[in-house]
Amino acid sequence: MIRVELPAHLRILAHVAGEVQLPVEGKATLGSVLDALEARYPMLRGTLRDQVTEQRRPFVRFFACAEDLSHEAPDAPLPEAVASGAEPLLIVGAIAGG
Amino acid sequence: MSSVRVLVGTRKGAFVLTSDGKRDQWDVSGPYFAGWEIYHLKGSPVDPNRLYASQSTGWFGQLMQRSNDGGKTWEPVGNKFVYDGVPGTHQWYDGTPHPWEFKRVWHLEPSLTDADTVYAGVEDAALFRSTDAGQTWQELSGLRRHGSGRHWQPGAGGMCLHTILLDPSGNGRIFIAISAAGAFRSDDSGATWQPINRGLRSQQIPDQDAEVGHCVHRIAMHRSRPSVLFMQKHWDVMRSDNGGDSWQEVSGNLPTDFGFVIDVHTHEPETIFVVPIKSDSEHFPPDGKLRVYRSRTGGNEWEPMTKGLPQSDCYVNVLRDAMAVDSLDQCGVYFGTTGGQVYASADAGDSWAPIVRDLPAVLSVEVQTLQ
Repeated sequence: MIRVELPAHLRILAHVAGEVQLPVEGKATLGSVLDALEARYPMLRGTLRDQVTEQRRPFVRFFACAEDLSHEAPDAPLPEAVASGAEPLLIVGAIAGG
Repeated sequence: MSSVRVLVGTRKGAFVLTSDGKRDQWDVSGPYFAGWEIYHLKGSPVDPNRLYASQSTGWFGQLMQRSNDGGKTWEPVGNKFVYDGVPGTHQWYDGTPHPWEFKRVWHLEPSLTDADTVYAGVEDAALFRSTDAGQTWQELSGLRRHGSGRHWQPGAGGMCLHTILLDPSGNGRIFIAISAAGAFRSDDSGATWQPINRGLRSQQIPDQDAEVGHCVHRIAMHRSRPSVLFMQKHWDVMRSDNGGDSWQEVSGNLPTDFGFVIDVHTHEPETIFVVPIKSDSEHFPPDGKLRVYRSRTGGNEWEPMTKGLPQSDCYVNVLRDAMAVDSLDQCGVYFGTTGGQVYASADAGDSWAPIVRDLPAVLSVEVQTLQ
């Protein structure tokens, strides 16, 4: 199971409290985790990445194991600790705006 | 007894204000979608419990919401807005070509005949339509593909399609307006379009008779006379008596002819309302006095409506989608401000009272008259 922590606005939108746990088949990558996340919670489509280009939205960041994974390729493997469920993938809205 | 439901979109959520037909006691519910910008929400004239809302933030983009119970509960619907084909470019502020990029939905206009059909005006300017209650959206690309599209330029607020008027005659006529391209009309349900900007004068553009390039802020019509249009432009209040084929200025004695909102009395097609705003840079009421101006002559002759509105030290703005009228026997008029007040008049503007004073900045106001 991959553990994913959503920002507060998206937890409300998806009607979830706390972490989301997702089964991901095959290699755990940012792309495959987001695919699984959007499949279970279709209302999140378009909120994290563009629905056509699949590019990350500019004010969304991905962190795990004290690393910024935001610029990793979608098919790059996630850290083993995330793939094993030991650590969560953190999805963070940029600290910006008013 | 009739009642009214006022739908308010703000910078930080949506609010639903309800009252009986007297319109002196109000219930306030919300915020819905707290923390999100709600550019617009509007109910279907066919099924008043069917509401559509545009929800967005700079962080997480555009979402669309639908309610089937008058706003008590909401469900997310489709938010995939993809331009038809290769979108090409329009002009950027400096005149260079700039690719068309979807940013947000500014305005929603539910069909007059089908609760599952709704139109969406978006930034960068385009018109979309859903015929499945918001699940999927298709662009009516004849508008964007009009030959002038590559010359369209954004206004200060972005290149937004902010006004959609559906002709109630059932003739397939649609009017839309874009800042700062101008007004357009379709006579075939949105397949093809023509600019309708003849007679508009915009001092800042080189060609005074330009087909496009005019910063139209809002257009309004009375449903009994859909070929008579009233326009609040960046400068000038305008009127057309021929479906937009030509326009003449009716600013008359207004203290400033700048503003954003314009609306028409429900029962008097020649009675119109505007809120003059000082510009170009200030964007607040002249002299710190919040005044609705009413014309009972279809323009030119205007009277200030001040009773119940702040007449000193008021420096709010009233944005283009933030005025509406109800259809009770005594026409009610409503508007919201960037200071978070929503004012109501139950006597066609003669007197005003705030429904609420401290909402987030108001982006849009719509009203439903319920039986």
